[in-house]
Amino acid sequence: MSEIEAIYAVWLREAKIYAREKERIISSIASPLLWLFGLGAGIGSTVDVIQGYPYQVFIYPGIIVMSVLFTSLFYGIYIIWDRKLDFLKEVLVAPVSRASVFAGKMLGGATDAMIQVVFLLIIGLFINVPLTPLIIIESFLTLLLIAIAMVSIGLVIGANLNNPEGFSLVINFVMWPMFFFSGALFPVNNLPRWLYAITYINPLTYGVDAVRGIILGIFKFSLLYDLSIMLLFAMITMAAGVWSFRRM
Amino acid sequence: MVIKTRALAKSYGKIIAVDGMNLDIEEGEIFGLLGPNGAGKTTLISMLCTILKPTSGRAWVNGFDIVKEPSKVRKSIGIVFQQPSVDDLLTGRENLSMHNLLFGVPRELRKQRIEEVLAIVNLEKRADDLVNTYSGGMRRRLELARGIMHHPKILFLDEPTLGLDPQTREHIWDYIKELAEKECMTVLLTTHYMEEAEQLCDRVAIIDYGKIVALDSPQTLKNRIVGDIVKLKQKNPDKEKIRKLDYVMNVQEKDGLLFISIKDASKHLQDLLAHTGQIDSVEVRSGTLSDVFMYYTGREIREGEAEGGFWERMMKK
Ligand SMILES: Nc1ncnc2c1ncn2[C@@H]1O[C@H](COP(=O)(O)OP(=O)(O)OP(=O)(O)O)[C@@H](O)[C@H]1O
Ligand SMILES: [Mg+2]
Repeated sequence: MSEIEAIYAVWLREAKIYAREKERIISSIASPLLWLFGLGAGIGSTVDVIQGYPYQVFIYPGIIVMSVLFTSLFYGIYIIWDRKLDFLKEVLVAPVSRASVFAGKMLGGATDAMIQVVFLLIIGLFINVPLTPLIIIESFLTLLLIAIAMVSIGLVIGANLNNPEGFSLVINFVMWPMFFFSGALFPVNNLPRWLYAITYINPLTYGVDAVRGIILGIFKFSLLYDLSIMLLFAMITMAAGVWSFRRM
Repeated sequence: MVIKTRALAKSYGKIIAVDGMNLDIEEGEIFGLLGPNGAGKTTLISMLCTILKPTSGRAWVNGFDIVKEPSKVRKSIGIVFQQPSVDDLLTGRENLSMHNLLFGVPRELRKQRIEEVLAIVNLEKRADDLVNTYSGGMRRRLELARGIMHHPKILFLDEPTLGLDPQTREHIWDYIKELAEKECMTVLLTTHYMEEAEQLCDRVAIIDYGKIVALDSPQTLKNRIVGDIVKLKQKNPDKEKIRKLDYVMNVQEKDGLLFISIKDASKHLQDLLAHTGQIDSVEVRSGTLSDVFMYYTGREIREGEAEGGFWERMMKK
């Protein structure tokens, strides 16, 4: 009981702060829109149709996954600020388990990411992405799973580093390769063989495949396969998160 | 013993911050740690509240081993850190209700406790403002409110009244005393304010370079070590002669003045002056903890320093 209240307390703090920092909301919504319309319109004017969909619609699932990836991973930087300003001390001496503290923070980050998802799903309705209520629910849940895994990675990195500059450095080496070799923006079938191999060990590939499959019906693997891998991955990253918080 | 340490030590590389400390603090006691900057006070408290692992030695808080049973220790304590740690981006009230949830205050008591502590620290009017609009002293008061809100069995206060105006300070002393009595709460506090230690503490430990150099009630320390201080101005004082008098406890010369600690000035002053011969001026006052501190460490604890440090730290944020 008290652990659940602790998770709630930590989550509530994150949610309140997110709601109060307008810049954070605006930037997290503006950047995926830039990608969607910038890339979609730019490349879309040279590439006509991919697998039966206009380029903008084809990259739509990838853009949503991308925004979840970016927001979630970068969320880990707040834990460094919290520690620098000693806010976290109060939480760390509280008689609650570190797993609960982690859970609260993780859900806080996932909330940030999912608010963005809701907004992007609404945009999707306006640019002729074939969204039905069922598709919306399914993609929401899949994206939540991705957010949980990625926020956990961000928190692991944040909990183990103590300056924001180091965090940005490390996160760039995690984020961009994950993004490029996930098939989010372009089909990966035509890549050279060795690059193609990387996409198989990139967990995000399966997240992208799941979301694209749900929304556009184009699967490379199967939904069950994609979700199993993402679930496994999320569990590993959460375990690493709890471990890192225990050491903090 | 509510707090017990045995050969407790912490070092940072070559720096020995806490050097084999043995402390026994009883239930309901208000215990003060006095020492100059860097003496190891904060390090000791951090170990006792389980956020820092000792290098060696052992300690028990409320009967629980700080290394083996940290979560049980945490359930028994409240703490006000030296470094400000309230959440800037929340309001005062939100900070307090978050603390209520984290420290498991029963649901039906939460509202009442918040109002209670807000009244004590005089923050009712500003409770719903964001903390980043508070003054330094107001933040400190909010932290104090937070530390005592869940009525911990043991309260750690690391320089609790740093940067507070005298009025608030005394208000808070009264409240801490009252709490300690009413709830049989044990308080371990650090301070640079001698007055605070004298007024508030049942016992004080003077620590220097991570070691306890003296430990007793403020009154006993004063009586035993410094007694009354006679400040003399004299051309060529005969220190040896004065030192030999049996009621003289200590003689120090500083800035051309002679500081003589004697037992019971009302009884011996006349005799003392008879032995010193011709003097330019004399001043008598009762000894304070500052004198005790000075006696043991050879340094003065400068009260202004503490405050300066606090503001510097606040400015860095
Ligand atoms: N994280 C750290 N790394 C290295 N040395 C440290 C660290 N924390 C404290 N020290 C050193 O340990 C010693 C004791 O520090 P501590 O903070 O306990 O002193 P303090 O008595 O609380 O002083 P103050 O009155 O200034 O608060 C100091 O010499 C300090 O430099
Ligand atoms: Mg200190």
